[in-house]
Amino acid sequence: MNALEVCQLKKTYGNGVEALKGIDLNVVEGDFFALLGPNGAGKSTLIGIVSSLVNATAGETRVFGISVQNNRSRAMAEIGLVPQEINFNQFEKPFDIVVNQGGYYGVPRKVAKERAERYLNQLSLWDKAFGPSRQLSGGMKRRLMIARAMVHEPRLLILDEPTAGVDIEIRRSMWRFIREINEAGTTVILTTHYLEEAESLCRNIAIIDHGDIVENTTVKTLLGKLDVETFVLDLREPIERPPQVDGMDIVLRDPTTLEASIPKSRSLNRLFKALEIEGMEVKSMRNKVNRLEELFVRLIHPEGETPTGVDDPATEGAA
Amino acid sequence: MTEKVSARSYWIGYQTILIKEVTRIIRIWAQTLLPPVITMSLYFVIFGAIIGRRVGEMEGMPYMDFIVPGLIMLTVITNSYGNITSSFFGAKFGKHVEELLVSPLPPWIILAGYVSGAVFRAMTVGVLVWLVAGAFSGFHMHNLFVTVTILLMTSIVFALGGFINAIYAQKFDDISIIPTFVLQPMTYLGGVFFSVSLLPGIAQQVALINPIVYMVNAFRYGLLGVTDVPLWVAYAMILGFGVVLFAFCMRLLTKGVGLRT
Repeated sequence: MNALEVCQLKKTYGNGVEALKGIDLNVVEGDFFALLGPNGAGKSTLIGIVSSLVNATAGETRVFGISVQNNRSRAMAEIGLVPQEINFNQFEKPFDIVVNQGGYYGVPRKVAKERAERYLNQLSLWDKAFGPSRQLSGGMKRRLMIARAMVHEPRLLILDEPTAGVDIEIRRSMWRFIREINEAGTTVILTTHYLEEAESLCRNIAIIDHGDIVENTTVKTLLGKLDVETFVLDLREPIERPPQVDGMDIVLRDPTTLEASIPKSRSLNRLFKALEIEGMEVKSMRNKVNRLEELFVRLIHPEGETPTGVDDPATEGAA
Repeated sequence: MTEKVSARSYWIGYQTILIKEVTRIIRIWAQTLLPPVITMSLYFVIFGAIIGRRVGEMEGMPYMDFIVPGLIMLTVITNSYGNITSSFFGAKFGKHVEELLVSPLPPWIILAGYVSGAVFRAMTVGVLVWLVAGAFSGFHMHNLFVTVTILLMTSIVFALGGFINAIYAQKFDDISIIPTFVLQPMTYLGGVFFSVSLLPGIAQQVALINPIVYMVNAFRYGLLGVTDVPLWVAYAMILGFGVVLFAFCMRLLTKGVGLRT
């Protein structure tokens, strides 16, 4: 069964902006699904329509076969939403926020209190449960929204950039929690700007751009499309010119840094052989950018235009 | 396991909104419950005890006794309207209204929860003002049924009006315009401090267009047994307003005006 079916979904805002241009999308039950796209691509509009915060202009959305447009209440009972923006009452206590949300979904107060304690504990927030929520840090606020979304134990959990602005330690603990939830049977849809997050967590992926789905496949298949990988090599001694290897594009970034773009059909051994012949010793080596990030940039800039920041060393990831 | 959508789950949802509202009202009692009691005490001292002695009788009773129902009604109207506008607009402004909008709760439960919260505050403040009034003029109760039903129906009508205001409001200024420029003049000219029968011919006819005249007079009948208008007209008018405003609120909520994009 599909946890989410989106059929010919269109959204045109009052100002004429066409946020979704008739997209189709299926997410199977139990999946860990990534929805990627640049800012303004239509991701949040799609999530808004699925969670009934945004009215669709045309098309249909079904959650576990239940139409959001025709049977909103039943469809909403299946969804837990972690929105992009902080949207709880910051004058309330975290415990009350979670318990009240349970009440809105028909969870009896006693059960909601038990679940609130469990999820706040799992998300390392129990010691903050009865203090003012406005005093929580950014990462804590995001974890509180996850606990809130889980209190009615939904079959579909939608996370809209849940780790934005969260430090890596907290981010990893959030990943662990979400992964456990998914393993327990909850379908998870994740939007994120951290592409390594999508690569390491998700099985299937859709890339949305300018209101259209430009790619919808498995992460594995998508990564398989990457035909050239770029490596950065740090040399022990400075050199004057890069080695020449047939079929590889090797450039000298600075006297001790080489950048080699290597087609997947070519063996890395050939590069190392050439370096050895030239007497160049490699100190360390890493991928230039996250693999998914490279594909993502290619998909949303199909004509080869290089967006600002792609060559920024800050985007480099460890191999 | 996902909770099933049922009458029970809706009842739990309604209770949750109400508990949340009541908790909020009690938590900030110094902003919600105390000010109207102090304001009305001043009205009783100045208009009732000091000026009232010189005014003499109104409709055959001491002026102090005459103004008590109107002042209680004034409190109920402003608190009912003010509670729902500040609470619902606050939720909209802070975006936590989305907690309700993404939930399975149908619009009428959301509306019922917020209106019940407003009625709780209006009735609580109404009872407190009645107790203060009792200290000045003694406790009067001519007809308990009329007193309670008129008070309840009036607070529901103004809560519904406040809800519409909160839905359309874009900024905090927008929730003070109607109370300041519409409700306050209508209430003060609605027979709180005087009998409509004292007005000259045409002014009397104009005053009778004001629905608050009917509410204040029906309530005055409940407490004191005197009224300028027929009781059935007052009930019909309050009920009529209630039905129209409820239908309008439901339409706005169902379409998601000001809430869903």
